Amino acid sequence: MRTLILLAALLSCATSLRADDASTLKAGVFEPARAAPDFTLHGSDGSALKLSRYRGKVVLLGFGFTSCTAVCPITLGTLAAAHKKLGAQGGDLQVVYITVDPERDDAARLKKYLAAFDATFIGGTGSEAQLAAVRKDYGIAAEKVAGPDGSYTHSSFVYLIDREGRLRALMPFGHPAEDYIHDLKILLAAP
Amino acid sequence: MKVSRRHWLAIALLAGVLGTIAWAALKPVQFASREEVFEIPKGTWARRMSGDKVEILPAQIRLTLGVRDVLLLRNLDDVPQVFGPTIMMPGQSFRLPFEVASSYTFACTAHLSGQMTIVVEPQPLSPWARLRWRAVSLWKAVA
Repeated sequence: MRTLILLAALLSCATSLRADDASTLKAGVFEPARAAPDFTLHGSDGSALKLSRYRGKVVLLGFGFTSCTAVCPITLGTLAAAHKKLGAQGGDLQVVYITVDPERDDAARLKKYLAAFDATFIGGTGSEAQLAAVRKDYGIAAEKVAGPDGSYTHSSFVYLIDREGRLRALMPFGHPAEDYIHDLKILLAAP
Repeated sequence: MKVSRRHWLAIALLAGVLGTIAWAALKPVQFASREEVFEIPKGTWARRMSGDKVEILPAQIRLTLGVRDVLLLRNLDDVPQVFGPTIMMPGQSFRLPFEVASSYTFACTAHLSGQMTIVVEPQPLSPWARLRWRAVSLWKAVA
């Protein structure tokens, strides 16, 4: 009996180690992981959006704008599909999408746009200076394209932030929902 | 018919060439590590500040699935660097695996063009693909 308990304990340790083995992620992994820079913006839910509010959850952090026709709908659609497929496990997942277009994207517009993908997604907006500071902290490029439609080119990847608020990985644009699910299961399995 | 010494040498040479081609075509392409490593050396920022236009990454990086399909970036400098697709702190590394053959473009301030392209080629599985892959690699190594 004692041997069985010992074996179960060893198996449990091995499983927990494997569960958070960053080297198996489909996304690009940072080593060592650093603390994700905190920020305070206007949340699409009407409250102050602070990243630290989601400590204890796994956060997917992306940047874009609601008028984007090329990148954002695909990324958000993929994240919504991943969240849905995770089922109950997805309860500890929070998607945060920060606009690069504060002129047009106020909290209400972000809320309506994100709700079309997943009602739990939170958007962030603020002054141009506030948003530029966040982009700088995360190495995000965003540039307004000259023309009548006021479009932007912007970084298209999504950061994966673990429950402890560490910037663990970066998923380049174009990965399918299955890759997100794979990595999120690993991060969500960690206590 | 008597074969001269010169003919024997030619036959041996031909056999050697054919043997090398057969080896290059049949032996699977494998390395001990699948990582393609790029590092920002210590002092890069200081060199840039002094006006030296240091290029850290090539504008185009070519990877091959199953052979060299993991990009490993390391910031050994003393300051944060926007390197490849993201910002990296001093001493931090970024390991990005690829599973799909395609061309990937990232914004990258390390380049004057402002972008970096990573071309991921399919795994060389057929004899012809292996032969071609080895020939191209050899050409790049000597060019």
